[in-house]
Amino acid sequence: MLTATHLACVRGDRRLFAGLGFTLEAGAWIYLTGENGSGKTSLLRILVGLSPPEAGEILWQGTPITSLGDDYRKAVTYLGHHNALKEELTASENLCMGAALAGIVLEKSEATKMLAEVGLAGREELPVRFLSQGQKRRVALARLLWSKSPLWVLDEPFVALDAAAVLWLAETLAEHLAAGGMAILTSHQEVAIAGSTMQTLRLAA
Amino acid sequence: MNAFSVLSAVVQRDLLVALRRKSEVLTTLFFFVIVVSLFPLGIGPEMDLLRKIAPGVLWVAALLATMLSLNRLFAADHADGTLEQMALAPVPLGLLVTGKVVAHWLVSGLPLVLIAPLLGLQFDLAPRALTVLMISLLLGTPLLSLIGAIGAALTLGVRGGGVLVSLLTLPLYIPALIFGAGAVEADISGLGAAGHLSLLAALLALAAFFAPWATTAALRIALE
Repeated sequence: MLTATHLACVRGDRRLFAGLGFTLEAGAWIYLTGENGSGKTSLLRILVGLSPPEAGEILWQGTPITSLGDDYRKAVTYLGHHNALKEELTASENLCMGAALAGIVLEKSEATKMLAEVGLAGREELPVRFLSQGQKRRVALARLLWSKSPLWVLDEPFVALDAAAVLWLAETLAEHLAAGGMAILTSHQEVAIAGSTMQTLRLAA
Repeated sequence: MNAFSVLSAVVQRDLLVALRRKSEVLTTLFFFVIVVSLFPLGIGPEMDLLRKIAPGVLWVAALLATMLSLNRLFAADHADGTLEQMALAPVPLGLLVTGKVVAHWLVSGLPLVLIAPLLGLQFDLAPRALTVLMISLLLGTPLLSLIGAIGAALTLGVRGGGVLVSLLTLPLYIPALIFGAGAVEADISGLGAAGHLSLLAALLALAAFFAPWATTAALRIALE
């Protein structure tokens, strides 16, 4: 369970939001929406612990995340605006290295299977710089397949994806939620995830 | 999975990236070779003078070559989002930073150590002095990478960071320069290099302990 209370965020001399709070239960997800510049990405970065909030507190299973440290980081998978891919490395190398960073050993055969699942069969040995924007996003999203974290925080995961990939991601999210996982995601398009509890959080500009 | 395997994964990744982008690696090495070679060409065959300036020239060139490679230490990771993922990894960021510094040294420090004796020949250095030069660089270049990492992290995302990183780190390189070049000079003049090398090793031990910690703190600020 993730609880946020009285969160505030200030960027420069602008107050993006204040007094923001929510509770996210297992199996539920938050659809974070708002205009450009309303602080969606800032909120996500605060929630994963990359930047400290101006005010307020975030609790994971009742304990502040600042005192949890690595235990909280283990519980979260974050995908930001950037794909966190090395252009020089192949898709499968990128996937394995990303997993290694999280302390998960991924065999090459497993990586190949995961990349096939995101629709990149036959392209796993291609350096990522030769892939299209959407294909890069798919490689980045393939990390959700090895992630063992209960909480997924995804910043605009649908950007650059085609219809088939959008469908795949919605299914993957549905499975994750059905297994008791949680998710927070931002998107400018409507998202439908079958059989899940959705909370909408709108940030006013 | 233990901490060591995460560290080796970071080293492995950075080496693989460096291997696929050879031009950047070779730039550092060629810069070192060319700068050092310019001095004998400019001064002419005055062996006594060349022998006297050799330690200083080689060490200053190593300093500047390392400087040249510092910008790419964290910049690419910062731009493509890898650094965020490293900060969110369930292992201490200091460990991952150490991995990056090790990779940086293997790519831009170790080649300097290996080629230095060859360049030293241009300065008519005796075989013993060449050995001392190699040992001093072997102890000194990791020190340069460690200190440089702090500067690179502090200037991350700053406009004109390239110049700033030189202004920040070059003064911090002075002790390494004094003891590194001093070791070779001491050996040439027959005083024995042991004292200088011990001090250099002590500096390396100190930096190995504190630099990753300081770098981590600077990176966290840059990521906020």
